[in-house]
Amino acid sequence: MTGKTDVWQGTLALMVLKTLETMGPQHGYGIARRIEQTSGDRLALNYGTLYPMLLKLEQEGAIASEWGVSDNNRRAKFYRLTRVGRRQLDRATEDWEQTTAIVARFLAPAREA
Amino acid sequence: MAALRAFRIRLLGLLRARRAAAEIDAELETHLAMHIDDNLRAGLSPEEARRRALIQLGGLEQAAQAVRERSTLPWLENLAQDLRFAFRQLRKAPGFTAVVVITLALGIGANTALFSIIDTVLLHPIALPHPGELVSVDASKPNFEHGSISWPNFLDWQRDSRSFSGLAAYAHQGFVMTGDGDAERVRGNYVTANFFQVLGIQPVIGRVFAPHEDEIGRPPTILLGGGFWKRRFGADPHILGRTILLDNRSYTIVGVIPASFDLAFRDFLPEDIYIPIGQWQVDGLLERGAGLGIHGVARLRPGVPLAQAQAGMNAISDHLAALYPDDDQGVGAALTPLRTVIVGDVQPFLIMLLAAVAFVLLIACCNVANLLLARSTARAQEFAVRLALGAGRRRIIRQVLTESTVLALPGGMLGLGIAAVGARAAVALVPEALPRSSDIQVSLPVLGFALLTSLLVGILFGVLPAWKIAAQHPQPALRESGSRTVHGSRHRTQDALVVFQMAAALVLLAAAGLMIRSLLTLGHTSPGFDPNGVLRFSVAANHLPEIATPAGARAYRRRLDETLRSVPGISAVSLTEGGLPMAGDNEEQFWLQNEVKPAGATGLHLSLLYIVEPDYRQTMRIRLLRGRWFTSADDASAPRVVVIDDDMAHRYFANSNPLGKIIHLSDLADSQATVVGVVGHVLQFGLDNDAGFSIRSEMYLPLEQVDASTGGFFYDVVARADHPESVFADIQIALHRMNAAQVAWRPLTMNQIIDSTLAARRFSMIVLGAFAALALLLASVGLYGVIAYLVGQRAQEMAVRMALGADRQDVLRLVLRRGAALAAIGVAAGTVAALAVTRFMAGIALASSSLIYGVHPWDPTTLLGTIAILMLVALVASYVPARRAASVDPMQALRSE
Repeated sequence: MTGKTDVWQGTLALMVLKTLETMGPQHGYGIARRIEQTSGDRLALNYGTLYPMLLKLEQEGAIASEWGVSDNNRRAKFYRLTRVGRRQLDRATEDWEQTTAIVARFLAPAREA
Repeated sequence: MAALRAFRIRLLGLLRARRAAAEIDAELETHLAMHIDDNLRAGLSPEEARRRALIQLGGLEQAAQAVRERSTLPWLENLAQDLRFAFRQLRKAPGFTAVVVITLALGIGANTALFSIIDTVLLHPIALPHPGELVSVDASKPNFEHGSISWPNFLDWQRDSRSFSGLAAYAHQGFVMTGDGDAERVRGNYVTANFFQVLGIQPVIGRVFAPHEDEIGRPPTILLGGGFWKRRFGADPHILGRTILLDNRSYTIVGVIPASFDLAFRDFLPEDIYIPIGQWQVDGLLERGAGLGIHGVARLRPGVPLAQAQAGMNAISDHLAALYPDDDQGVGAALTPLRTVIVGDVQPFLIMLLAAVAFVLLIACCNVANLLLARSTARAQEFAVRLALGAGRRRIIRQVLTESTVLALPGGMLGLGIAAVGARAAVALVPEALPRSSDIQVSLPVLGFALLTSLLVGILFGVLPAWKIAAQHPQPALRESGSRTVHGSRHRTQDALVVFQMAAALVLLAAAGLMIRSLLTLGHTSPGFDPNGVLRFSVAANHLPEIATPAGARAYRRRLDETLRSVPGISAVSLTEGGLPMAGDNEEQFWLQNEVKPAGATGLHLSLLYIVEPDYRQTMRIRLLRGRWFTSADDASAPRVVVIDDDMAHRYFANSNPLGKIIHLSDLADSQATVVGVVGHVLQFGLDNDAGFSIRSEMYLPLEQVDASTGGFFYDVVARADHPESVFADIQIALHRMNAAQVAWRPLTMNQIIDSTLAARRFSMIVLGAFAALALLLASVGLYGVIAYLVGQRAQEMAVRMALGADRQDVLRLVLRRGAALAAIGVAAGTVAALAVTRFMAGIALASSSLIYGVHPWDPTTLLGTIAILMLVALVASYVPARRAASVDPMQALRSE
């Protein structure tokens, strides 16, 4: 039972951190929307799982939060990437790229054959 | 490390829970609002916009909940919640809570108290380094398994033995200390120089004896026991080098032994003093055949098993027997592990107590189990509702676990308190019977044991039933009205538990009953003399110039008798030497008139010997059966006479008249004595164990006809007085007036002495009785609980019966029959168990006699009596709820659900 949830959690964390790196400080809704966009609307994200993830990342020190005002003048909680988070992102990206490369080698010969 | 940081933050989050919750709500509201705005901009209707937003969020409350859980430690929160809930539930049912806690406390407390005693007494009885290496060394002779070692033999053993890292010896002796204030009697021990080294004891101040300091001819030195040092010298650190006057000899103090050295075997006390054995000026020290009360203690070399050491000693004693056949024929060394000597007596007895306590704990656990079972059934509906509302089964079980732990822990802690009190009380009852009794306290492992037991019990009996309930489908429980869910199997469990309780209680009652009967029987046993009014004390005047000659000693004795007789309230007095009933014993070897003198010691007959004055028979009130007793005419100038008891008359003169026959006394230079009288047998060794001893024949010799030993002027005195408990003060005044330098000490009434021989027995009776009463109480509470529960379950049914015409008596009888049935089954099972247990008890020894005395282990009166008590109590326990059932208003019961 470890596999699916953990991988998903890891992937979501990666996406959140990457989004924050690209977009800069953003509130939860914005992050969610951006992730959907980036995935080409192929991902149906359950927003409910995003907020616990944001809290987890914040507790681990990867992101930091601050209350601010959004574009439409709403009071919202903004998240930004920390130095720790940046390092975690780099590491996670490296791992992910390595994993996909290995899997690709396995899949490629099969497809060729 | 990120995880640790997260954990820490979540822990702190517990405190900020409310503020955090508000923040989370605000954040999610914003999210929702933004999403709805976007949806509206995309052209959806307001309701649709909101609906879509909520769906994609996964529900506002769920999302908030998920974040809230992330922000704290949910399991901790749940635990807190469970605890609060548990406390509330328990507060709502104070009776139930009280009963469970007290039941557990009693069961665990008794168990822990006994465990503390056993932990100290059985598991660590010797407070010396490497106690497993220590062995007690005695000389095994044909008549004595643990006899005294002669000094020449000891020296040879010491020189030749290879298995010991040290072999030491000791002998008890009394001294009179003079010079510094009042004359005082002092307990002393002659010891070899290596005695304290072998045992591993370091002095408090000064030193222990040096090698060779115990040789004859050395300057007299002395070691003080810590208690003596404290009492007599106020623990003065400057006493080294000072001298003490004992029996008119001056000894130099060289050190002090710790007061905690109280080796329970052969009685060493903090009050003792220790003198090198070479200082002992006694006839026979250098005789190989002498028996002076010298015993040994040795430390085995590391790794040497006892059997090997014993074999080595056997070889040495065989060699000595060949060299000195007259003295050492049949004499060997007997090695016993010290632990066995100290604890061996007590071990089976303590184990029996352990079994009794285990029973009590089991009964207590059954009670708790039953109560918890009943309660869980009553709460079946509550659990069902919670299950239906979405609580996980694990959550419910966890909550029940918390509840039972909350119940069990206070029970355990209270039990610990009971244990502390109980252990101290037990020790106060019989302080001397148990080694290291002063050290018994509730220790850390014991604390752990109590905690563990309470946790286990609470958890086991709380969770099992809940687990069963949670495993069911909630539907049936919901459908019926809660408390009427009668599960057949649960019923049977409860019944079985109650039956077991009754059986266990019966066993304990039977055991206690037998102990009580034993003690009562002993109370009616006549010791052969009249102990009421007899006082016994010792007197010594070792160093007075008057007693230097035999004539002087005789005159002094006469004066002493007159002085004592003149004390108001005293009607008869006798000085005695050697043995006294219930006190020390003394033996005489003899052969009969018609026999040839046997060659060696093994051929001689053996009898107990009492050397007394003519007033002895009047003092002790011994029956005269034939012939006459001594008179003052039987003195040193008259022919030797002897009075024998009826055992000796029967054993050695079975068919003939013993009067006028001659007995040759081996220990009195083979002199002849004529039998002039036969008296009744007296119990020498104790009310209960006399029959077990190999020597029962008794003979009496007149004091004036027995040559005074060179041991000095020392006698045990028996006196018949109107008030033996209080007359000693007057005796001391009279003695002091007669001669200030003589010393009288250790006054004990004969009744006190007899009582102390029964102390261990009384202790076990009290303990077993207490356990039995406790078991009975718990079992009856258990029965009451089950019957009450039954009544509650079937209240409706009984109401229907009554509405249909049954009268209250019928209902009463119905319930009583149930209770009686349960009790009867319990009694039947218990009787079978009791038969086995009491048979086992009869085999247990208590201080050289049987635990059960004077009554058969299957004594029908005792068994029937205990059965009757149990049935009576069971009926009463059933009657109360039965009465309540019968007095219920049927309309009320039918109406309420």
